[in-house]
Amino acid sequence: MKRFARFWWDFVVGDDWRVAVGVGLAIVAVAVLHHRHVAAWWVLPAAVLLLLYVSLRRAARS
Amino acid sequence: MSTSAVFLVLSTFLASAVEVVETLTIVLAIGVTRGWRATLIGVGAATIALAAVVAALGPALTVVPIERLRLVVGALLLVFGLQWLRKAILRASGFKALHDEEEAFAKGLEEARAAGREERAGLDWYAFTIAFKSTLLEGLEVAFIVLTFGASQGSIPLAAVGAGAAVVIMVGIGAAVRAPLARVPENSIKFAVGVMLTTFGIFWATEGAGAAWPGGDASLLGVLAFVTLSSAALVALLKRERVRIAVA
Repeated sequence: MKRFARFWWDFVVGDDWRVAVGVGLAIVAVAVLHHRHVAAWWVLPAAVLLLLYVSLRRAARS
Repeated sequence: MSTSAVFLVLSTFLASAVEVVETLTIVLAIGVTRGWRATLIGVGAATIALAAVVAALGPALTVVPIERLRLVVGALLLVFGLQWLRKAILRASGFKALHDEEEAFAKGLEEARAAGREERAGLDWYAFTIAFKSTLLEGLEVAFIVLTFGASQGSIPLAAVGAGAAVVIMVGIGAAVRAPLARVPENSIKFAVGVMLTTFGIFWATEGAGAAWPGGDASLLGVLAFVTLSSAALVALLKRERVRIAVA
């Protein structure tokens, strides 16, 4: 069971779990902004750029 | 055919093509050194297992309401796509080695020759398990993309057509040349697939979370352009960083 869970974690999330957490938080932000009638279509593109930049910088320096 | 349908077929075709190229390299190395019977039985068993996964999950996904499906699928695709894109950017900027099929083939040959011989169920067990595992693992990525793209777009068969076409073409070429498909621009295709997965992930997760895109479906092209340009800028930035590290 543990190996099965580990396989799916590696399969979907991969090397940097922070990216997955960031994506989750950004999606929550879209939902919250939409609920408050604020345009939220720009949130995920901006979050993706930021998450990629931070993750790649970390990888390049390690 | 709508823009999103074209992207759907193109994405599943390209994703499937790179996975088939990688699987072919391993299967060829095993088949050449250990014989074809157990190798092909391993490939066949994995293909049946993959078909069963798609057949079981495909109809189940179609009964989930589209908004909820797009939220879950969008989030999964975005995380999965960013993983592809991150690796592709690291490869393109020189921080990660490029995938080389000839090198992978040579390594596969060496490992297959060195492995001991064990017979189970009348099969060379090494050849069977390696062929089965490599086909299943690479195929799972394709099945994941076909199911998520197809279900969110409301057409799993269309997604399967893209993936199936890639399998037929790549396996056909592989069978004809009987050598790893080293000339396929695999690293560039992986970059393109990472961009497409991320684009669809952004698009569907935003819609699934309730927000609307200005311009509706047409904004998919805008998201694609944004992800492509951002990725190219990050490659350039990392290349500069690499030079700076080398000089320091």
